[in-house]
Amino acid sequence: MWDFILERAGYWAIIGLMMIGLFIAFSSENLIKRLVGLSLFMTTICLFYVTLSKVTGGTAPILLKEDMPYGGAGYTAAAPDAQLVAAGGERFAELVHTYSNPLPHVLMLTAIVVGVATLSVGLALIVRIREAYGSIEADELRAIDIETAIAQEAEAEKDQHEAAA
Amino acid sequence: MILESLLVSAPDWAIDHAPVLIPVVPLIMAAMLALSPSGRLSWILSMVATAASFYFALLTLGTVQSTPGGIIEYWIGNWDVIGIEFRVDALNAMILLLVTGMGFLASIFAWTTIAAEVQKQKISLFLSAFLLCFAGLCGVTATGDAFNLFVFLEISSLSTYALVAMGASRDRRALTSAFDYLIMGTLGASFYIIGVGFLYAATGTLNMNELATQLPALSGNRSVQVGFAFIIVGLGLKAAMWPLHQWLPNAYAYSPSFVTMFLAATATKVALYAMIRWLFTIFNPDFAFEQAIFTFILAPLGIAAMVICSFQAVFQTDVRRMLAYSSVAQVGYIILGISIATTAGVAAGLLHLFNHALMKGALFMAIAGICINYKGTTIRDFAGLGRSAPFTMAAFAIAGLSLIGVPLTAGFISKLQLGYALFDHGWWWAVLLVVFSSFLAVLYVGRILQSIFFMPPANPRKTRKEAPLMLLVPLWILALANIYFGIDANFPAGLARDGAIAALGLEAFP
Repeated sequence: MWDFILERAGYWAIIGLMMIGLFIAFSSENLIKRLVGLSLFMTTICLFYVTLSKVTGGTAPILLKEDMPYGGAGYTAAAPDAQLVAAGGERFAELVHTYSNPLPHVLMLTAIVVGVATLSVGLALIVRIREAYGSIEADELRAIDIETAIAQEAEAEKDQHEAAA
Repeated sequence: MILESLLVSAPDWAIDHAPVLIPVVPLIMAAMLALSPSGRLSWILSMVATAASFYFALLTLGTVQSTPGGIIEYWIGNWDVIGIEFRVDALNAMILLLVTGMGFLASIFAWTTIAAEVQKQKISLFLSAFLLCFAGLCGVTATGDAFNLFVFLEISSLSTYALVAMGASRDRRALTSAFDYLIMGTLGASFYIIGVGFLYAATGTLNMNELATQLPALSGNRSVQVGFAFIIVGLGLKAAMWPLHQWLPNAYAYSPSFVTMFLAATATKVALYAMIRWLFTIFNPDFAFEQAIFTFILAPLGIAAMVICSFQAVFQTDVRRMLAYSSVAQVGYIILGISIATTAGVAAGLLHLFNHALMKGALFMAIAGICINYKGTTIRDFAGLGRSAPFTMAAFAIAGLSLIGVPLTAGFISKLQLGYALFDHGWWWAVLLVVFSSFLAVLYVGRILQSIFFMPPANPRKTRKEAPLMLLVPLWILALANIYFGIDANFPAGLARDGAIAALGLEAFP
């Protein structure tokens, strides 16, 4: 039982962080705190992918000297890239060292970029909200919106009465 | 036919690279627009870009229909399975045609409404964001790679948040609704990517076709099922599936009217396409857990959407908000069609998706035309507009009737198909609910039409002022399409049937 839990310690941490992020994103009234929660959530996804890519006993996915084609020495400008690519499929069996899976890392590079873009759009929106409303608390914003809507409604009523009269 | 003559006249490179050129042309053009000094120049360039995408989408459709098997595979950079694939079959060819066509019509009328609603120095950037959104939607539709779909989805979503927030110059509530949309949309995309992670852990591939071949052996695997759940919830958020639609009414009501029209006609449709792709092509309706989801989750949610949101629409005072709720209800019809999981059901869903884009496009375009000359979009503000802007409002009325599903309009055909499919499946009670929800549509569309045509203008000084010609032309193209496809539905119904067959992986184009 404990083995089962402890073996997956990384995943438990991910689940915990993810839930904390989600909870902050939903429960906070402060818009910046909501963004903090959101970005915690997105960062945890990166953790999740990187955890997936870990191979037991594997090192970082950068080819060590022994695994390079022609023992590393042959890899000069003379070695054509096309040959490397063509040989890529069959070379897993000959690798001396174990490497972690590099693909999820690469995917997460893209996801980090997306996360940064989301965060910056969100912060820019918050700046504009603060300029327009003078507040960044969601409950205050709602109250201001309702007030303006009631005022506008009353004005429209008044206009209609004047037009009728 | 037109498609064949296009294929004959097109150069070889255009046909070979058409699938990838659809998103790439607007993507590159978007970067150029951001640097363009003049707003008018960038409008013309954006029209050129969307027209090019539309042309390539037509070529893709022609190629798909003329190749045996009906599938185009395009390996980017010739990297084969380890790279990204663009894979187009009858299903995405149809959605591509819809998205690029609506994007082209939208960019034609863009100038008149943007000039009225967006500050002058921001027009170039605004159009640049529009093209990014457009390119992202096309990319989502064309790609055959699960992770690439996420990237394109975020490209389109991020630019959508910016576009929605541009409505702030008219109503500052656009800012808060854009922020809510950002939180919800990002959560949706994140859920999607978590699901893809689970599937990657189980199969070791991101290519949709590879996933589809490996998944049947893994259907009992817990991580596959969890991944499926995450993906459906994530895409459901983007598609405004019923309880996940809270971002939509505000985003549609406060964004600039051009953005509302474009989003209503394309954004949710693309997310629904992605959902169909995952439900039918990648996962298989034969999986036991998926059958349960169709019957006990998707169908009830679809029905709840079309009844509850139609009810909510009846009580709205703002026309755009009312139509936004109606959009959620229409998504409900489409999801109900999908949840039958037969060819007829999916075809009815796709046909309704196509027709809904036509009618909501026309409705929101007419509203954009009204926003140029008149202030306000409440029902009261629309009083008497039938006399001041007869051409705009006649098109609005046609599209509104199509939304109800009056015979001889496109909306009738797709609801009829949906009814047939439901009857075949034995869900006659669902047919009654569809009819009931259409009755609610009579109420809310009727409220607007009554105000437009039978009420005296609230302000009698309003002079006769039509929307500009650049808006009337695409508006009437859409309105006449609503009538034409209601009389002769061969073209969209054929597309939808082929799309459904392709989605279910049956023998396409025998």
